[in-house]
Amino acid sequence: MKILRNYLNKIKPNFEEGGKLSALRSVFDGMETFLFVPNDTAKCGVNIHDAIDSKRIMSFVVIALLPAMLVGMYNIGFQNYAAAGVEATWWQMFLYGLVNMLPKIIVSYGVGLGIEFIAAQIKKEEIHEGFLVSGLLIPMIVPVGCPLWIIAIATAFAVIFAKEVFGGTGMNIVNVALIARAFIFFAYPSVISGDTVWVATEQIFGLGANVPDGYTCATALQFAANGTEILGATGSALTTCDMLTGLMPGSIGETSVIAIAIGAVILLWSGVASWKVMFSVFVGGIAMSLLFQNTLPDNPVAQVPFWQHLILGGFCFGAVFMATDPVTAARTEVGKYFYGFGIGAMAILIRVLNPGYPEGMMLAILLMNVTAPFIDYCVVQANVNARARRLTKKN
Amino acid sequence: MAELFSKKNKEALTTPLLKNNPVTLQVLGICSALAVTSKLAPAVVMGLSVTIIVAMANVIISLIRNTIPNRIRIIIQLVVVAALVTMVSEVLKAFAYDISVQLSVYIGLIITNCILMGRLEAFAMQNGPWASFLDGIGSGVGYALILVIVAFFRELFGSGTLFDIPVIPQALYDMGYINNGLMLMAPMAFFLIACIIWVQRAKDKSLQEN
Repeated sequence: MKILRNYLNKIKPNFEEGGKLSALRSVFDGMETFLFVPNDTAKCGVNIHDAIDSKRIMSFVVIALLPAMLVGMYNIGFQNYAAAGVEATWWQMFLYGLVNMLPKIIVSYGVGLGIEFIAAQIKKEEIHEGFLVSGLLIPMIVPVGCPLWIIAIATAFAVIFAKEVFGGTGMNIVNVALIARAFIFFAYPSVISGDTVWVATEQIFGLGANVPDGYTCATALQFAANGTEILGATGSALTTCDMLTGLMPGSIGETSVIAIAIGAVILLWSGVASWKVMFSVFVGGIAMSLLFQNTLPDNPVAQVPFWQHLILGGFCFGAVFMATDPVTAARTEVGKYFYGFGIGAMAILIRVLNPGYPEGMMLAILLMNVTAPFIDYCVVQANVNARARRLTKKN
Repeated sequence: MAELFSKKNKEALTTPLLKNNPVTLQVLGICSALAVTSKLAPAVVMGLSVTIIVAMANVIISLIRNTIPNRIRIIIQLVVVAALVTMVSEVLKAFAYDISVQLSVYIGLIITNCILMGRLEAFAMQNGPWASFLDGIGSGVGYALILVIVAFFRELFGSGTLFDIPVIPQALYDMGYINNGLMLMAPMAFFLIACIIWVQRAKDKSLQEN
């Protein structure tokens, strides 16, 4: 570490005003503060600093995402070999998933960070670190068949219109990664829905297996929406065990409940995510699916058992990594319960009542993101009124 | 000719094009700018119709401006606009039926376009017919300009065509290019108009307020 620090100190003058590489000042600054906690102190007034700054918070979220990402990579290979009916070792499956996933991650980070660097340079600000998480989330919430150029356009759209125009990290109203997904969902529906994009079908560098043309496999929720038995890539029925371990078709990072649970533990243990939001998302989901199960006997999605609603699709992933985003969630502690409940309930509502959208988690979270300031306003006003009443009663 | 294009008249004609554009600066006529701009042809026809109607209405109101009783001036303006809109609508039905079907209610809704009432109230009621005519042409073309820019991008990226002629080569589609479906939806027109406003304000420092 000493050597690295000394090296950074040595090259630092190049990046300062008037130095050879001053055009890359923000890049250097971003790297330096990423590697070392900056020991600048506030120059005026009294400020209280938390021991952990936002770059460290982001790092925790990235660590929490890793299990889901690794299982997602393995699952890409698993689905491919299963669809082709070829035997393979777990190492081959993982390697195939890696070469499928890596370009997506590189494109997402490349485009997003590129825009952040340019924006920081123009505004003469430090680089915002928020994209560290969004850049990893975007490749994890798209199907494996999503083309790279579409990921690039969606990332650019999301970073510019959902984030930079609002003022950058911490100022965005809606979740940036979900805006990227929503963009793909509405602009290029054929690459993010249907039954041909969830399983990789081609060999890459001799890895993987070629799946015959015309192969189709829908996601579990699409099978549920059609009212048929939920099938896996091989055409046999999915077991509850598959749904928990995540060996089923779906967006890359969302399938494995166990890996997401590990991420949830990391987030809760480090205090980054709020347990209130996570908990109430699940309560909302359970309440809504029980309600529909008892009131809509003819709707096939409504008849999916409530525990299956929670472990299928993006419900867990959204609840753990998206809904808990501290920037876009409700800030008041009471508001978090309403916010989370709204997400869970809306997600099931969309799944059940809109046959066109088998998955409702993305739209539910975006909707509640927009509603969060209103929830906060109501909670604060309620508190103001309660205190005003208490005061007048005393007098 | 000198007084026909005096400085004031020139300003009436040119300021609505950029400096005081009805859509990007006054934020009027947004509704139709979202609704008719998914293709270029309807956008051009819409822009043309609005230009003609604003110009004609401005001239008519300007001619009778001194005889209109102040208390019922809005009603009179509406009658004039409604008559002109009905005429344009009938002409379109007769000579450009397909496009009039595509534009559907939006031709009729020109009556409610705020640009019209805005120009009549703000300009034609105080100025002579020639100046009012130029002002109407300026406002209409300023509105049409934005419509055409938005429609250009929406049709190019949404359908891969311009005036229904394919312009994106088939080779690109074979390589995996897909038309952007979001461009065909109204929300994308919001983003495009926002981008136009963004560019305009970035270029013209006098428009930036703090």
